[in-house]
Amino acid sequence: MTDIATLSEASRRSRPPRSTRSPRGGGRLGGRLGAKVRRNTSAYGFLFGAVACFAFFAWYPMVREIIMSFQQTHLGVTSWAGFANYDRIFHDPTFWLAWRNTLEFTLLALVLGYAVPFFTAILLNELRHARGYLRVLVYLPVMLPPASALLLFAYFYDPTYGLFNRVLHAVGLPTSQWVQSPGTGFVSMAMVSVVIAATWMNMGGATLIYLAALQNIPGELYEAAEIDGAGLWSKIRHITIPQTRLILSMLLMLQVVATMQMFVEAFILTNGGAGVGDNTLSVVNLIYTYAFALSGASNYDSASALGVVLMLVLAVFSGGYLWVTRERG
Amino acid sequence: MSRQLHQRACRRRQIAALTAVGTLGLGITACSGGATAASGGGGGHVTISVDCAPPKSSPIQYKEWNEDVSIFEKQNPDITIDSIFTSPCEVPATFTAMLKAGTEPNVFYTYFTDRNQVLDAGQAADITSYVTTKTVPARSDIVPSAMAAVTAGKTLYGLPTVNYTQGLIINRRLFTQAGLNPNQPPTTWAQVETDARAITKLGHGIYGYGDYSAGNNGGWHFSSEVDAEGGQMVGASNTAAFDSAPGMAVLQALHTLRFTDHAMSPTQQLAWGALQKQMAAGKLGMYIAAPDDIYNVIVPQDGGHINDYGMGPLPSTSGTPAGSLSGGNDYMFAKRDTPAQIRAGIKWLNFEDLTPGQGQFNFARTKADGLPVGFPEPQLFSGATQQANQKLMDASATINTSYYSTFTSAAEKGMGEPTDAQAVYKTLDPVMLAVLTEASANIGQLLKNAAGQVNTILANSG
Repeated sequence: MTDIATLSEASRRSRPPRSTRSPRGGGRLGGRLGAKVRRNTSAYGFLFGAVACFAFFAWYPMVREIIMSFQQTHLGVTSWAGFANYDRIFHDPTFWLAWRNTLEFTLLALVLGYAVPFFTAILLNELRHARGYLRVLVYLPVMLPPASALLLFAYFYDPTYGLFNRVLHAVGLPTSQWVQSPGTGFVSMAMVSVVIAATWMNMGGATLIYLAALQNIPGELYEAAEIDGAGLWSKIRHITIPQTRLILSMLLMLQVVATMQMFVEAFILTNGGAGVGDNTLSVVNLIYTYAFALSGASNYDSASALGVVLMLVLAVFSGGYLWVTRERG
Repeated sequence: MSRQLHQRACRRRQIAALTAVGTLGLGITACSGGATAASGGGGGHVTISVDCAPPKSSPIQYKEWNEDVSIFEKQNPDITIDSIFTSPCEVPATFTAMLKAGTEPNVFYTYFTDRNQVLDAGQAADITSYVTTKTVPARSDIVPSAMAAVTAGKTLYGLPTVNYTQGLIINRRLFTQAGLNPNQPPTTWAQVETDARAITKLGHGIYGYGDYSAGNNGGWHFSSEVDAEGGQMVGASNTAAFDSAPGMAVLQALHTLRFTDHAMSPTQQLAWGALQKQMAAGKLGMYIAAPDDIYNVIVPQDGGHINDYGMGPLPSTSGTPAGSLSGGNDYMFAKRDTPAQIRAGIKWLNFEDLTPGQGQFNFARTKADGLPVGFPEPQLFSGATQQANQKLMDASATINTSYYSTFTSAAEKGMGEPTDAQAVYKTLDPVMLAVLTEASANIGQLLKNAAGQVNTILANSG
């Protein structure tokens, strides 16, 4: 306390008295500004690096994307196209299908990818033995490159030789076509297969974050609850969830934003395709298709338009979510 | 010939590369960094960058390319070739980005299906006035469908270097084991069914027939099969034409092979590369492809034995294919090229890719280097040039050409590729996949829906 008071006093003393400011202000103010800049040179240096990186690699491409979404290039001549690119994508029959599939993936990924890591973390937190080994096991898939993990799942899912069908067959259960399953119903087997693989790949990171949050909950709360006769579910409901609410809500938002941008999972599992009847086609997959996969008919402009639509949807979601979950009072 | 191996491998790896780019999330820069600051004005020294040179990982092709460059530069001391070693020759995503940035080499490799994209990007130079019978003596003998692929209106934008049609590759060893005559590959869909059933009965995970349904390859094969039936993918009015009797016949035949004959594997969603592996492993009896699949992939990459394979024409209902998808690749010239660079580029292409007896057609050297000679490819020429080239090839042939005689004698008519080919193929992939995975697939409805989607694409692309 004394130290803080001393520092505060020293800081006050170091400020030049107001009365010394020159009437015109320029020279002295410039000198003070210069001194301030000199004092913070390294901070400004770091700031410049970060801002430059964001400007070149995030903000500029974003602005460029918005500009391109209103342009068309034909025979080397780029011209303004108004909303033609947006009109074009809205009239693409696969546009709404891609959104529907993306929504399906997001919801399924929330059910599986959000709940499973949370309960895994609770389980790990409760364990008294081999906790370290199990944490490593849970985190291990995150360390695999996504392409490798998905290729592994592609083999697991193979209808003829895949591990899953062999196991099902061995125990006398019906086998499945997994990602090659037909059907475009709201919960299709193909999409469930993609979600299982995605959850397996990504749950390690979320589990560790949940685990860190759980370990910050004071043990006395649980002890008090136990004395009051609370069971496991009661403790989770009245202590664990409220105590980790901030982390839970932050991860929920991050998870939705990430899953809405699903691409690599379906792309690899379906061998660069989009499933039977496009039942795993996602919005980002459609952006990729517009930009790169159609050769002569490829165009960046429609891809940019769809990218802008996705960005707006995610911005609205994030803003709305932050507003709903803001701290009141 | 071996140069052609590299180019053909590049073309066919397009989809595998597509997957790789998506997977790794990397902008592969190998093909994009080619814009050489070329000297080259008026009559002085000129340097041209040329991509799709075989890299060191293909040592024989690499050696042959460098030999050719050396000979060419000695013959033309005022020209320097700046080789850009790339494999695959084109990665579609990178290619699109390269066009957008205008960083293509002076002379750059494209697939036939890229023409509209290159023109839309405004990156191709008009070379019409530079290509004459003096600069390219074989000009009038280059097959019309290949020239059409590099021409828009009356303007010439490139020179084709490889052209192919497709046929039915058969596994002669499995045919023999199944009691079939490998010298008589099936020509009708009914015969394909009979033979495929017989081969499937061999067991041990062997299937009689295979086809693609992913990576744009399903639509690509479907197009060829429709051509063989006498149909069209895109009609004269620039609308989808595959929702027709030929389209139905092809899909019905495939559905029957899969669900009635059980002569196709339950594992589908296959893209380019998968069937070649199955063929090399002795697990597949037949699939459709161009001849280069054998000498480019099945034998050198997947370990198959060259004498185990042969080819017949594309299957059709009548047994006489009305045509085949014909595709290939070419070189175009960057818009920024100076006249001297265009002239030098044409001189190089004429030397390397369009003259019997030299460059890719130096069969004697290919044979001496230990690569196979005698496959019915590339079908780039007709007339006197073709005869001269065939004579040279026959003189150096190292394979048993009779294994390909029914394919050769069918002389399938090359039908080119449909307008906005990759977009059309992409739309047909899910149709092929549904037919090969859904026992109750409604083929008529699938075709109708796909036709609607293709019409939207064609209308949008103008």
